[in-house]
Amino acid sequence: MTASILPLVLDGLCFDARGERLIHHLTATLRGGTRTILLGPNGAGKSLTLRLAHGLLAPSAGSVRWEGDNAKAARERQAMVFQRPVMLRRSVAANVDYALGLRGTPRAARRPLVAEALARAGLGDVAKRPARVLSAGEQQRLALARAWAVEPEVLFLDEPTANLDPAATRAVEDMITAIHQAGATIIMTTHDLGQAHRLGEEILFLHRGHLMEQMTAETFFAGPQSAEAQAFLAGELLW
Amino acid sequence: MSDFHDAFAAAFSLIFGLNADLVEIIGLSLKITFSGVALSALIGLPLGAAVALLRFPGRGIVVVALNAFMGLPPVVVGLVVYLMLSRAGPFGILGLLFTPTAMIIAQCFLITPILAALTRQIIADLWEEYSEQLRSLGATPARAIPTLLIDARATLLTTILAGFGRAFGEVGAVMIVGGNIAHGTRVMTTAIALETSKGDLPLALGLGMILLLLSLAINGGAYMLGDMARRRRG
Repeated sequence: MTASILPLVLDGLCFDARGERLIHHLTATLRGGTRTILLGPNGAGKSLTLRLAHGLLAPSAGSVRWEGDNAKAARERQAMVFQRPVMLRRSVAANVDYALGLRGTPRAARRPLVAEALARAGLGDVAKRPARVLSAGEQQRLALARAWAVEPEVLFLDEPTANLDPAATRAVEDMITAIHQAGATIIMTTHDLGQAHRLGEEILFLHRGHLMEQMTAETFFAGPQSAEAQAFLAGELLW
Repeated sequence: MSDFHDAFAAAFSLIFGLNADLVEIIGLSLKITFSGVALSALIGLPLGAAVALLRFPGRGIVVVALNAFMGLPPVVVGLVVYLMLSRAGPFGILGLLFTPTAMIIAQCFLITPILAALTRQIIADLWEEYSEQLRSLGATPARAIPTLLIDARATLLTTILAGFGRAFGEVGAVMIVGGNIAHGTRVMTTAIALETSKGDLPLALGLGMILLLLSLAINGGAYMLGDMARRRRG
């Protein structure tokens, strides 16, 4: 068993773009094993925070610290699913195979792993089809299968169902739950309250680049402390 | 008017008669162009992708140079290659001047900057779209080069065709380094230039029509291939 890279410590994270501060001194500790939801209206800085944590963006100030302080090892234990997944112009199976190859899985060992990953996503029948001709829902499931195949300790998801209809959303949420049950820590963003209800164990509520609340989902939905979170829960338009 | 009419008549009989000299000239034209473009693609595509993805000192200069070299005057390229390959030049010992190999080298100098510059732009645009996903999967920019080249294959094929068009119709450089030697280095374009200056317009026109037809056929074929690939791969 490899040493855990969690908890993840976000320490005074700031992010500036074009002279404007978009994330303000965000400090939080994210424990392992949970499903954490970054919640907030559009433009709250959820996606930016996720990208900073995953290392796709460098913070303007502050730091992202993984347990063990080994940046390379930490990178290899993470995966991310984007709102609009990029599928390579090759077959469904080859997309998963590519991800495994990048993580150094030997070619011979990949075949069964690819088949297993596709079976878990219900995509076994379309393994040989070009990935780009799949429906949006199937593509997102393939993105999840691709991320799951590398067995990440932490899976980041950025609004994974924002473009999907209810049926496809259901399928994606089921997969997220399954990946969590298989042992991965889930850190995802959503602006969808219902989804936060269904999947959230811990809630980080963001508003205009500030972390307003961090608490268990139960406590949060029972009654958040900040006026912004209360307004958001009450269904008021917040921006 | 009658000149023109005679020319067309002679051109058609030439095309449908397919004499041995003509076949030889067409064959050499195709061989030199395909070799030159293939060599250029082998150099230009990875080079363009590398310039698009990697950050190194002097990168800006390379980008400007590639874009500027897209419009290199063929006669100047021919002259430079001539000087390098001539007996007194640095590569004179190889004895390549006035051979088809020299013509391929000249074509390569002309086409490589075109392919590299267009590839750089195509791959840079694609990297915009793919960057986060590929980095998240664990790809370094260097590792992303082959991935992006494969994913941009349909667009890159069009780019290679542009290079092919320029190489196939090029006369200045291959004339200088090849010398237009009958049964040696005579290709369609140099033959047309020669026959025109000799006043044998029917022959020149016939050759010109064949050149056009071949160009159309190759482009049409490549277009259909690309279209098929696009429909299959989505």
